Amino acid sequence: MALLEIVGASKHFGATAAVDGVSLSVERGDFFALLGPSGCGKTTLLRVIAGFETPDRGHILIDGIDVTASPPYARPVNMMFQSYALFPHMDVAANIAFGLRQEGMDRRRIAGRVDEMLALVQMAGYERRRPHELSGGQRQRVALARSLAKMPKLLLLDEPLAALDRKLRAETRLELIGIQERIGTTFLVVTHDQEEALSMASRVSVMNRGRLVQTGAPSEIYDRPNSRFVADFVGEINLFEGELTAEFNSLALAVAGLEKLVPLPPGANLPSGVAVTVAVRPEKMRLYRVSPTGFAVPATVSSVVYMGGGSIIHLLTGGGRTLKACLAGTAVGSFARDEAIWVGWSAEDSIVLSE
Amino acid sequence: MIGIGRFGRMLLIGVPFFWLALFFLLPLWIVVKISLAESVIGIPPYTPLVTHGVSGLKFHATLANFALLVHDQLYLRAYFGSLGNAAVATVLCLLLGYPIAYAIARTRGRRRQVLLFLVMLPFWTSFLIRVYAWIAILAPNGILNELLTGLGLISEPLPLLNNQFSVELGLVYSYLPFMILPVYGSLSALDESLLEAAADLGARPVPVFFEVILPLTVPGIAAGSLLVLIPAIGEFVIPDLLGGPDTLMIGKVLWDEFFNNRDWPVASAVTVVLVAVLAIPILFAQRFLERGRIA
Repeated sequence: MALLEIVGASKHFGATAAVDGVSLSVERGDFFALLGPSGCGKTTLLRVIAGFETPDRGHILIDGIDVTASPPYARPVNMMFQSYALFPHMDVAANIAFGLRQEGMDRRRIAGRVDEMLALVQMAGYERRRPHELSGGQRQRVALARSLAKMPKLLLLDEPLAALDRKLRAETRLELIGIQERIGTTFLVVTHDQEEALSMASRVSVMNRGRLVQTGAPSEIYDRPNSRFVADFVGEINLFEGELTAEFNSLALAVAGLEKLVPLPPGANLPSGVAVTVAVRPEKMRLYRVSPTGFAVPATVSSVVYMGGGSIIHLLTGGGRTLKACLAGTAVGSFARDEAIWVGWSAEDSIVLSE
Repeated sequence: MIGIGRFGRMLLIGVPFFWLALFFLLPLWIVVKISLAESVIGIPPYTPLVTHGVSGLKFHATLANFALLVHDQLYLRAYFGSLGNAAVATVLCLLLGYPIAYAIARTRGRRRQVLLFLVMLPFWTSFLIRVYAWIAILAPNGILNELLTGLGLISEPLPLLNNQFSVELGLVYSYLPFMILPVYGSLSALDESLLEAAADLGARPVPVFFEVILPLTVPGIAAGSLLVLIPAIGEFVIPDLLGGPDTLMIGKVLWDEFFNNRDWPVASAVTVVLVAVLAIPILFAQRFLERGRIA
C-alpha cells in the first residue's frame, strides 16, 4: 500500500482550477518531486496534503487513512515552508521543540530529541540563537530540523532550496538526499527547478495547469518525455514540428526550415500524414566541418557560449531555424562564429512526441 | 549617513527639540515653579519664587503643597482612584478590543476597509458631545431605562448614571479605538505562514493563539494599553459628566483646585506628581516596544 494516495483531488479558486483531478501515489521511502512552472498548482496540491486547503473533490489518504477532512494539526505529516516560518520569538531549541510540546512529550525526551535533530542538520551549539541571528542557510537547517522533529510519516518540502544562493543550494541538495537516506522518511518536495528535481528525487511528477502530465523516474522524464510540455520544461531541447511523410521503406518528418527530411527512430509506429514533433537534446547534436554520410543539414554558428565544462552553440540553418547544440570538453574551441558547418544527429537519439 | 552636514543635522534635531522646549518643558517649568509657591489672594494667586529685597535676591520655595498631597487622604485616594479606573478601563478595552482587532485582521479587501472606517467613525463627532450622549442614554428617564420599562423588564429605572459603572463605560467607550488600532496593526503584520506552521506542528487553535499569536502581538498590546491608560488616568470630562459624588479621579480634583478653590500651587503640585506618575509607565512601555521591534 502506498504511503500517500491522492484520488481525483481538485481545488478551485474562483473559476480557475489550481488542482484539476490529480491522482497520485507516493511509496514509502520515496524522495518524490512535484515539478512544474510557477502557478501550475503544485504548491496548492502540497497545501491540500498538509490540510491548509480543503479539496473541492477527491480524497487524500495517508497510510490508508482518509485525512481529507482532518485539520492540519491532526495529520501525520509535517511541512517545511518556503519562507521557513520559524517562530521569531523563540530560540532554535524552542522552535524545534514546538511540535513535540504539542504532543505532550516529557521535557527530558524533548531535550534529547532536539539535540538529535540539531546534530542531524549539523547545527549543534545553536540552541539559544534566535532566528534573526542566523544566516539563510542556518535557518533552512533549523526549519528542516523542526519539521523532522515529530518524525512524520511524510515530510512536505515547499521549494526547500529556493531561498539559498547557488553554491549553498548544490551542497544542501546533497545533504537533503543524505538525511533522507539516513532517516528513511518519505519526502515530497515541490520545486520549479528541473535540475533540483532530477538530481534529488527518486520519482518525479511533472505538473502543468493543475494536472499531472508525467510521472516516473528522473531518467525516464528526461529521456522519454511523453509530451511537448515535459520535453520543453525539463531541460533544454530542440523541437521539430512537422508532418510524417513516407520515404523508401520508412517514415520521415518534413519540417519547415529544414532542407532534409528528419529521420525517425526505429519503432515509431505512426501513420503517414500525422503531425508530430521530434525532439532532440542539445547534447545529442553532432557538428561536422564537412558533410557527413548520415543525416545532417547545413548551418552557420551564430554564437558560442562558453560554460566552463563545455559550450552551448547556437546555430542558424539555411531555412532560418535556430538550433542549440551542447558540446562537452575542449573540442569546442575549434568552432568560430559565422562558420558554416553541418549539424546532424542519429535517429536513435531523437524522441517522437505526438501531443 | 546621508550628507546633510552638521548644520542640517542640528536643524533636524533642533526643530523638534525647540518645539518640545517651547510647548512642553517651558509650561512644565512654570507649573513646577507654581507648585513650590504659596497660595495668596491676588493676581497671580501665588507668591513669587524670587523676590528683590534690600538684602538682595530671596528664594521662597516650599514643599508644603507636596506634603499636603501626602497628608490629605483625598489626593492619594484620587490618584489611586484614577489609576484603578484607568487600569480597569485598559483591561476591558484589551478584552473587548483584541477580538475586534482580530476579527478585522481576518477579513479581506473592502470589508476590512469598511470595518476600520467604522472604528474611526466616532472621531468625526466631538468627544464632549459623545460623552453627553451617554447621559441621554443612561439617565433614570433616559433611552435605555425607558426602553426596559416599556418592555416590562424592570418596574423602576436602574441606577446607570453618575456612578462607577457609567465612568467605566465612558472610559471604555471613548478609548476603545486607541486599543483596537495598534492591536490590529500588529495582527495584520503577522506572517500567516507562522500560524500554518504552528498548526502543521500539531498545535490546536487555542495553543496557536497563546503560544504564537499573543506573544507576537505584544508590541501592539503595549502600545494600545499605553494609549488607553495614560489619557484615562488624567481624564476629566468623563468623571465630570458621567461620574457621581463618590467618583474620585485626579483630573476632577485638579479642576476643582484650579477653578473652585483657586489654589494654583496645590493644583500645580497635583499636576507635577501626575506627570511623574505617568512618565513611569511610558518608560516601561517604551522598553517593551523596543524589545518587540528587535524580535
